[in-house]
Amino acid sequence: MKLHADGNVDKAPPLLEIRRVTKRFAGVCALDEVSFKVELGEVHAVIGENGAGKSTLMKILAGVQPPDSGEILLDGNVVLIDSVHQALNLGISLIHQELNLADNLDVGANIFLGREPTRLGMIDFGQIRRESQKYLDMVALDEAPTTRVSRLTIGRQQLVEIAKALSVHARILIMDEPTSSLSQHEAEQLFRVIRQLRDQGVTVIYISHRLGEVKELADRVTVLRDGKYAGGLRREEINHDRMVQLMVGRDISQFYARRPHTIGQPVLEVKALRTTAWPHHASSFTVHAGEMLGVAGLVGAGRTEMLQAIFGVDRMLGGEVRVANRTLNLRSCRDAIEAGVALVPEDRKQQGLILEMGIRNNIGLPALSRHKRGPAFVNRMRERQDASRMIAELQIKTPDDQQLAQYLSGGNQQKIVLAKWLAMEPRVLLLDEPTRGVDIGAKQEIYRLMEELAERGVAILFVSSEMEEVLSMSDRVIVLHEGRVSGELLRSELSEEAVMQLATGHRPVSAETT
Amino acid sequence: MKKILGILGLLVFICVMTAMMSDRFLTEFNIENIIRRTALFGIISIGAAFVIITSGIDLSIGSVVCLIGCLLPWMLVEKKLGVPLSLLIVVGISLVIGLSHGLLITKMKLQPFVVTLCGLLLYRGITRGVVQDQTQGFKSGFTTLRELSQGQMPLPGTDFGIPNPCLILLVVAILAIIFLNFTIYGRYMVALGRNEEATRYSGINTDRMIILAYVICGMLSGLGGMLFVLDVGSAQPVDFGSFYELYAIAAAVLGGCSLRGGEGTIIGVVIGAAVMQVLKNSITLIDWIPTNIEYAVIGAVILGGVVVDELVKRFAAKRRAMAQAKAGQ
Repeated sequence: MKLHADGNVDKAPPLLEIRRVTKRFAGVCALDEVSFKVELGEVHAVIGENGAGKSTLMKILAGVQPPDSGEILLDGNVVLIDSVHQALNLGISLIHQELNLADNLDVGANIFLGREPTRLGMIDFGQIRRESQKYLDMVALDEAPTTRVSRLTIGRQQLVEIAKALSVHARILIMDEPTSSLSQHEAEQLFRVIRQLRDQGVTVIYISHRLGEVKELADRVTVLRDGKYAGGLRREEINHDRMVQLMVGRDISQFYARRPHTIGQPVLEVKALRTTAWPHHASSFTVHAGEMLGVAGLVGAGRTEMLQAIFGVDRMLGGEVRVANRTLNLRSCRDAIEAGVALVPEDRKQQGLILEMGIRNNIGLPALSRHKRGPAFVNRMRERQDASRMIAELQIKTPDDQQLAQYLSGGNQQKIVLAKWLAMEPRVLLLDEPTRGVDIGAKQEIYRLMEELAERGVAILFVSSEMEEVLSMSDRVIVLHEGRVSGELLRSELSEEAVMQLATGHRPVSAETT
Repeated sequence: MKKILGILGLLVFICVMTAMMSDRFLTEFNIENIIRRTALFGIISIGAAFVIITSGIDLSIGSVVCLIGCLLPWMLVEKKLGVPLSLLIVVGISLVIGLSHGLLITKMKLQPFVVTLCGLLLYRGITRGVVQDQTQGFKSGFTTLRELSQGQMPLPGTDFGIPNPCLILLVVAILAIIFLNFTIYGRYMVALGRNEEATRYSGINTDRMIILAYVICGMLSGLGGMLFVLDVGSAQPVDFGSFYELYAIAAAVLGGCSLRGGEGTIIGVVIGAAVMQVLKNSITLIDWIPTNIEYAVIGAVILGGVVVDELVKRFAAKRRAMAQAKAGQ
């Protein structure tokens, strides 16, 4: 074993130590020799941009997947975490971004799922009720153990997850982006619970890219960048600028290159649009030729539904969508596409791509009917040409255009989704989280591409949860709160605080409507 | 292409084994019979393949075969409706059945399994009710019409001929191949079979394509039912065509269709149908295989084929992962 220069013999070993952990996926290094320590009873935030390796690291700690190399020490002893079960035995519980509750069962049944106490071979419901109540009290959740989980808000479901983790005597609670779907009020309640647990000696590893809440909550911060350890900050060192600097690792203004350009006539006009997310709230806005309009807001504010309604895949409940001074009659996305609207959807693998199909056929899919030959024959020549032009233009890294989309990296997959719409030469480009799950290199190329399209006069409307992205790419930002445009910010007025203020509104989300 | 080679290999293997173990296999009569049966089952299997490619299923094929197979002689012999009107009704019924399956599945969002399971019960029940459980036959009439199934096109210069159902299968298969591989609608079906949502997001009316697949399946089941009854001459409503949907689905799966959708070739499916028929034939011909375990043998062969296919796929995936890991380092 190697002796560290700063090794202090008298000090007790840290609760958790991660040593040179490495993980590769299909040749891409998701984690590259990451090392850091977590002390007992601290809230330790792990931050980094999308694709920095946060989630991979947490999955390794929770036994969801094994590391390729490196070791994990608990109380100074090397431990092998080769299954979720093993992680739980060691007292490590992961609370996923997407909650893992059986929402058709009640709260108590969820807390004891798989470990039901029995009496004479039957489930002992009385004991479940009594025991569950104890853990619900610990997370200050005033729900009966017999309430069905589907009737709780997301925030309350999360507390049930925490109660469940406590019930298996978790010493280390890993929370992956816990506030991404919470209202301000619910988030504050969660913070209170986290602090309380910390005071009781539970260690919390908190993953987030919301720097504001990290600053408020964390005792220590570890920053990951491109799968590497980028630095750590102690309580007194935590501030916004230092965190951003470590996360991005370069001058931000250069990373998000925006050149000054002219903005033209209105292209997309949305008037009093009501969607399925917030049926009674309407929003209106306009996007001009060559303009990038950013849409900020919390998860659940109705941003995705808004884009989907404009694109015609989600039902529009009211209002008007006009493209180039013509009102669209949106019965399906065909109508939007014919008017020159394209959508790069949020869920690339489910909505953007056909993973088991080749690159060429994926790119060609929307244009098949436009270029058909004779009654309905595929114009294979055109399809091939479009694909090779797009692969060159977008620098998609692939051996050939028949490669199945599923074998490409996230960034290259996203470029294929962009390519299939660019081949249609859209007037309006709707982007929903365009750089989610994409590595930094591809991210930069996607920004460059957006920039080029805007210069060519395409009107771009993009939804993003990444603050840095919204702040630096947008010419103008609209902030959505509960299905309404709660404010509009010009480039000169943009700041994280201004956006967050508008995004959270002043009222908590009511329980009935979420 | 590789997939077709696998199933073709299986077909050749069974043929060679049977030929070695029985001298009745390679007789002119037997071969003609196998080809005729393969053609008939091939037609309904192509129908099943269309539905399976869109990641659906049709369990009602056998009952549609029964419905058409019993109604056709019933209309001709009992009701004396005349050939053109009867054929028109046959086409109409098949069309309506396929269309209603498609509409229930897309517009009502019912599951294909449930819809066509109800179809399976409905059409057989209706048939038995309409013809009062009586066997329907042509009573040695309608010989011209029956030529469609029983006749053959003589090959010039030889004593042999190609059975007519085989010619019909050829036409159906060629049309299906062109549709699936060269038209935009075929491409849409394959795409939506793999990922319906992404296909819809690409601006394609996926509902219409799914309906079309069920209509094709209904029409081919109807055509199959007609040819089956013209071939054998009579049909008993209780068991005519029963289990045929399973033969069709099995042929499609053997031929490379995945029940997850988006995969499969028409040639493979036709070869799959041939495997089923040769297998049945060899069980009859080979003395040491008792005929009453026919289903067990067929089941075991299909299971073996699917397992081998899965193992080959896993092996290929592992090799690709290793190659990629190498490239990454």
